[in-house]
Amino acid sequence: MHLIGELSAVLATALFIFALYWMNDPKTARRGVFAGVTGMAVAVLATWLQPEIVHHGWIFLAIIAGFAVGVPLSRVPLTAVPQRTALSHAFGGLAAGLVGAAEYFLWRGGSATAAMTPFRMSALAVEVILGFLTFTGSLMAAGKLQEVRWIPQRPVTYPGQNVVNIGVLAIAVGLGVAVVLHPGAPWAQQAFLGIAALALIFGVLLIIPIGGADMPTVISILNAYAGLSAVAMGFVLDSKLLVTAGALDGSSGLILSIIMCRAMNRSFTNVLFGAFGKAQPAHAAGEQKEWKQETVEGAAQLLEQARNVVIIPGYGMAVAQAQHKVRELYDALTKRGITVKFAIHPVAGRMPGHMNVLLAEANIPYSALVEMDEINPEMPQTDVALVLGANDVVNPAARYDKSTPIYGMPIIDADKAKTVLAVKRSKKPGFAGIDNELYVLDNTWMLFGDAKAVLSDLVKQFGSGGIH
Amino acid sequence: MTPTDFGSMLFVFVLATFIGLGVIRRVSRLLYTPLMSLTNAISAIAVVGSIVVTGADHPLAIRILGAVALFASMTNIVSGFLITDRMLKMFKKQ
Repeated sequence: MHLIGELSAVLATALFIFALYWMNDPKTARRGVFAGVTGMAVAVLATWLQPEIVHHGWIFLAIIAGFAVGVPLSRVPLTAVPQRTALSHAFGGLAAGLVGAAEYFLWRGGSATAAMTPFRMSALAVEVILGFLTFTGSLMAAGKLQEVRWIPQRPVTYPGQNVVNIGVLAIAVGLGVAVVLHPGAPWAQQAFLGIAALALIFGVLLIIPIGGADMPTVISILNAYAGLSAVAMGFVLDSKLLVTAGALDGSSGLILSIIMCRAMNRSFTNVLFGAFGKAQPAHAAGEQKEWKQETVEGAAQLLEQARNVVIIPGYGMAVAQAQHKVRELYDALTKRGITVKFAIHPVAGRMPGHMNVLLAEANIPYSALVEMDEINPEMPQTDVALVLGANDVVNPAARYDKSTPIYGMPIIDADKAKTVLAVKRSKKPGFAGIDNELYVLDNTWMLFGDAKAVLSDLVKQFGSGGIH
Repeated sequence: MTPTDFGSMLFVFVLATFIGLGVIRRVSRLLYTPLMSLTNAISAIAVVGSIVVTGADHPLAIRILGAVALFASMTNIVSGFLITDRMLKMFKKQ
């Protein structure tokens, strides 16, 4: 029986590694899902068949409940994928925290199967802290993304915030050290519950100062935490399979966090403790340049006369659910022999890869989706750059203006295109009070309105014979 | 159960992290969103820990903790794999 368990764990591990390996190309990626499902099924069955498992009804019920919630969660609209992802990090953290707590109380109750060595107790403390802080932190992030009413969208900051946050974490870690040194002391049980409570509070405190633009990074960091809490669980349960799968998840979260931070020219600590978007003194511009508004007819004519067009999507496209209208415009333009490409900034949207998924949903071939580094050299030869609900990622001020919070962030060089068409929801200055000078350049024309409405009007121009 | 051999566990952790870094670095940039839901489903392998806590002959309170953890992991497995496949189906070259 033991041998079967070990062999199935090795098989599942290999399948998980293959699953991730096949993600290197969209052509093989679905094979990766199959490998992952197979690995998971092997691991679950091998565990379930162990002789010590006697309460099968409970397991059945929990699994059925998991299906009942999991299936609807997998059918959310793709614009809601960031919140779903945050929610699943929350579930991962919750599972780790609860299993950790159960293991500790089993040991206290004298029915544990393994001795509580200091190393094992340390892993348990780490598992509980990481698990519970990931749980509440991810719930907060999901709430912010879903725009739940009683969770503030804007970053909430107060004086001494970082001191409070680090203080709460320090007390939790201190209690953890005490419990590791004296796991059997009479007070250790209360201390253990205290650790869990502080971790739950810390998760909330960690996320409230974070704004929407930082969500791609924060989701990636929470991803890494969820993976690490699974690793800690593996240490506690002496399961190499758990350690390996958790390490794969953790390293994925780590790599994505690094990529997101680089794409914003910020550090981890700056994201977590910097409260982006707070109290940016409205940039006191000396001379306020006026923007030039373009009509839909004029914009359609500009597009019609172009030989190549680069569309730069941002979160505004997702909010307006405009991806299907984008597809219609793409069709109308390519039918006329115009080359259309999409310039994808790594942090466009609310999670890594968000724009790619939305455009793929609208049946835009992925060969038309181009990364920032590859499109930028082509921008000076581009006839029209169509900015669609993107803002910070095309703001030329990031190149030189040290007073803006986005200084140093790599941007898509929309301003270098021969003509820029920018679709913007309102005439009000940007959310964070950062002026975008792209909008007032000589070669920029503004189209005001909801991205979806503007695009539908544009597409109509091509369809109704307004353009010949 | 034999006493936990933390040396070999740490060994596995370090090697697995390096494999993870190597494999993830090659993942197509187009697929970062499905990558996240896939790794999320995979790390829900925590389900094996939950099964043991829920199914073994433990006190009731412990089994309740286990069942909630099992439910949470199972939700991640089901929704993670399904939504990953749903997204990947949409990526077409032409």
